[in-house]
Amino acid sequence: MEIDPLIFRLSIFILSIFVGYYVVWSVTPSLHTPLMSVTNAISSVIIVGAIIAGLSGKVDSVFNISSIFGFLAIALAAINIFGGFLVTQRMLAMYKKKKKDKK
Amino acid sequence: MISANLSAIFYLVSGVLFILALRGLSSPETSRQGNFFGILGMIIAVTVTFLSTGNFSTGFVYVLIFILVGGSIGAFIAYRIPMTAMPELVAGFHSLVGLAAVFVAISAFLNPEAFNLGYPGNIKLGSLIEMSIGAAVGAITFSGSIIAFLKLQGIMSGSPITFKGQHPLNAIILISIIVLIYLLCSTQSSNLFWILLAVSFLIGFLLIIPIGGADMPVVISMLNSYSGWAAAGIGFTLENTALIITGALVGSSGAILSYIMCKGMNRSFFNVILGGFGATDEKSNTSSKEQRPVKSGNADDAAFLMKNASSVIIVPGYGMAVAQAQHALREMVDTLKKNDIKVSYAIHPVAGRMPGHMNVLLAEANVPYDEVFELEEINNDFANADVAFVIGANDVTNPVAKTDPQSPIYGMPVLDVEKCKSVLFVKRSLSPGYAGIDNDLFYKENTLMLFADAKKMTEDITKNL
Repeated sequence: MEIDPLIFRLSIFILSIFVGYYVVWSVTPSLHTPLMSVTNAISSVIIVGAIIAGLSGKVDSVFNISSIFGFLAIALAAINIFGGFLVTQRMLAMYKKKKKDKK
Repeated sequence: MISANLSAIFYLVSGVLFILALRGLSSPETSRQGNFFGILGMIIAVTVTFLSTGNFSTGFVYVLIFILVGGSIGAFIAYRIPMTAMPELVAGFHSLVGLAAVFVAISAFLNPEAFNLGYPGNIKLGSLIEMSIGAAVGAITFSGSIIAFLKLQGIMSGSPITFKGQHPLNAIILISIIVLIYLLCSTQSSNLFWILLAVSFLIGFLLIIPIGGADMPVVISMLNSYSGWAAAGIGFTLENTALIITGALVGSSGAILSYIMCKGMNRSFFNVILGGFGATDEKSNTSSKEQRPVKSGNADDAAFLMKNASSVIIVPGYGMAVAQAQHALREMVDTLKKNDIKVSYAIHPVAGRMPGHMNVLLAEANVPYDEVFELEEINNDFANADVAFVIGANDVTNPVAKTDPQSPIYGMPVLDVEKCKSVLFVKRSLSPGYAGIDNDLFYKENTLMLFADAKKMTEDITKNL
């Protein structure tokens, strides 16, 4: 009997929760704010669904009600992706170690 | 056009890169590289999506336009946002993830053929369940984050909004969401889909309004978690590994942060979520409060105390963020260091309005991160320090949490500030903190209250040093 592919996806999901659990516990508390902004950015990988939706229109009529929602989702996710990664980078650039020569 | 198998492998690669992005955050040195992995993972995921659809016609141009428009708005915000506004920004971003998940779900519901999910009115059962869960969680994330954003931004009052029958009402709505999903799956009716969305938006709103401003660290972490579960739900619908992995990562990340925040307040998750904290306690306490003597001083006194100290511990809190005092604080510390005084910073887990809020502000003010310590790391040092400088924190220093079992904050881990030889407490007035209780620290022999705006006081002290 064949296994439903859903079971495979469920396995990936469950194992990723465990990976997430251990990886996140190892994040240093001082970087919890960047953690939130970067998780924000990566969860916007939902843009792949939005792109498929946006491209679902026909060649002569790009816009239909479904693709319009797709395009809106693309814009929202793009705000998050660019905003999330850039603001994380901006924050991380500020974390500096003590300079030896500085008194 | 690339094969489905090849693109699935690439999605897996980007999922792994996202794991590495979070892994990098285990220390500030590796964090920048981690962020780079995250960006790389995103580029791979988007590129593969384009290649797998193989559609580079007019639609493709529009997709690029929307990415550019959204991307420029995002980049603009990212460069302009002040670090003190980070909690609002993160809440706002969560709402966007939620709404994007809702839009993708709507789009998949209206045009399931594009996603290979069946036909309108006859969508595969499994996909429909996943889709409706994704949409419902996305909608809750969206409206909940909007409320969190409004509260943090100060547009909406930070005090809890409660009314009679609130919890039964929420419970009924949550049950009705489950019933709606069941009915939707058995009838495939599009009307039910819209009702489901509307009800989910409503419950997101209702769930957050009773939660007070200082509980926002928990709320933001929780919404972070929700946005992850929403993404995972959509990931199952689209059969996309990158999305499933990311959703699980973000979901557990938010859940862990919520747990850490709750533990930092010694309150259960449900106690926070049910809300109303700090609203009722205030009344009972003000009536029983008697006038007790406090010692208050000025910048000159504070400067004198610090100049004669050999070690100083700084305890920042939300008030520092409000007063934007982090730069002034660092200048003061620089002056102290020139006088060979050892300075370190003590951060309580729930200081500020989001996890790690104080660390970011101090990093912004160029405070080296190896001078900044967490509660467990530094709590024993208070006994050996000469001066504790409390700036904008309150409840997290209250010794009552250790001594009075009647207190609402009893059992909460607090910084042992009172063990210092002397305590300088910068505060506008003697008003109680968020928990609505008096801070015993104000009345201790060795406490000197500095009644002023945090930024101004810090600057004045620097002048007097």
